[in-house]
Amino acid sequence: MMFIDPHAHMISRTTDDYEAMAAAGVVALIEPAFWLGQPRTFVGTYVDYLSTIVGWERFRAGQFGIRHYCTVGLNSKEANNEELAEGVMEWLPRFALKEGVVAIGEIGYDEQTPLEDKYFRLQLKLAKELHLPVMVHTPHRDKKRGTSRSMDVCEEMGVDPSMVVIDHNNEETVAETLQRGYWAGFSIYPSTKMGNARMVEILKRYGAERIIVDSACDWGISDPLGVAKTAKLALESGIAPETVERVCYRNALEAYGQSGQMKEADWLDPPAIDQRTLYEGNSILRGGRDPVIEESGAKRRGLLIE
Amino acid sequence: MAAPVDLLRGWVMARAGKEAMWLGDTLANLGDGAPEKALHVVLGLAPRRLGKADLALSPADLRAADAARPGWDPSDWSLDGAARVLALLVFRGARPFAETFKDLRRTSDAAEMIALYRGLPLYPEPEALDFEVGEGLRSNLRPVFEAIAHRNPWPRDHFDEHRWNHMILKALFVGARLAPIVGLEERANPELARILCDYAEERWAAGRPVTPELWIPVRPFAGDPKIDAALARAEENAA
Repeated sequence: MMFIDPHAHMISRTTDDYEAMAAAGVVALIEPAFWLGQPRTFVGTYVDYLSTIVGWERFRAGQFGIRHYCTVGLNSKEANNEELAEGVMEWLPRFALKEGVVAIGEIGYDEQTPLEDKYFRLQLKLAKELHLPVMVHTPHRDKKRGTSRSMDVCEEMGVDPSMVVIDHNNEETVAETLQRGYWAGFSIYPSTKMGNARMVEILKRYGAERIIVDSACDWGISDPLGVAKTAKLALESGIAPETVERVCYRNALEAYGQSGQMKEADWLDPPAIDQRTLYEGNSILRGGRDPVIEESGAKRRGLLIE
Repeated sequence: MAAPVDLLRGWVMARAGKEAMWLGDTLANLGDGAPEKALHVVLGLAPRRLGKADLALSPADLRAADAARPGWDPSDWSLDGAARVLALLVFRGARPFAETFKDLRRTSDAAEMIALYRGLPLYPEPEALDFEVGEGLRSNLRPVFEAIAHRNPWPRDHFDEHRWNHMILKALFVGARLAPIVGLEERANPELARILCDYAEERWAAGRPVTPELWIPVRPFAGDPKIDAALARAEENAA
């Protein structure tokens, strides 16, 4: 089975992770622009970060046979630095049209301040102008209300719910997200967001429609195999393979494919120019091997370095 | 003889299909005082509207390219890449070309950066691009490095000996071929031959293979005892 991890901050991950993801069947992933763990204090460092995720990181992923896409945006935490935020907003339109940019994101609320609200709205407006999907980060604190408010604002700004992925859902937010017509992302992230056994229960209850599983792996204790492990657990728990295929692959492709920047052919039948330059191809697909779930760092058990 | 920009225009327009009218209007606009933002949009839209197919030029086209700019070899260019270079050449902005180029390079995605550097031999003010070319050579994206080093006469025509030699060395380090480097034999020099022999000896000491291409810029300096010894060992290994 092929997987897409539609939320993975690979800039914070190692080559072991890429190898493990490729071996587990991940053919494509989406890197949302985010907060690096500490705030940027210059517009220029933010611009170079965006340039890294459309350039170097995309290339790095391609060397492991994984197609890399990204979203660009001003995250909610850094929206609170008005000087930085104004500068980033000037540069964003230029990055929104880069190759492989599939959405504006991740944007939304952290502390739900007036500045967060201002830049959330401005970025929704930009997404609408450019016909790009939106990836919404829902807050950790005051989550339920923050999630409802995020959807209220999308609607106030005239953004169609079918163009919006509301991410980091849980048992408390999923019903409303689906009922209002949005895509519902679930981040399988230990301790803070979702566990995959809980995810399986949600799949039993809600089925596959508009549900998207991601790992949200980043610089914290997280798991780049979140999608592959959830798929395996779901299959073992008796969830239909069609359901697993939709939530771990097809739905993400449909939601972010609305950008026109992400197509199955990108990994199944890549253009010759990409094969010569930016994408090493996928040995798993070519060889028809079964995906292997192997922890990243497995190589560390070997003694020889050549 | 056709100018490079006219060749590019002919190749891209012939392959633009239903986008030919959009492209024609866009190019006319770019040449007629459009703001730099219009250039950004065209560069972003090129792969979306035209696709990323190979240009697949005929031998006659490639001969025309070489006649228009000696050493220019667009045999591995793609349609979107060619359209991007064409747009940049047609654009008449308020700022000097090199400033516009620098700005575009800073915010480019990988495919865009490759196209920007492939177009080097066609740009005005080559001296003003010196720093930008250095940045591309230092890139860790091998295809960006190769956009400068391979099938591109710019290094042969503009690099000093130090930069030339380091480009050859970097090609070896990152596993890029040497044969597609324009001027590989012409620009051979004793300092490079010495460095390459040292490099080969390092590789042998580590038990790693040495590409036979490495000897192309070394052979002209046969006669020096150290170089002769290295060449002899390479032949032994090959046998």
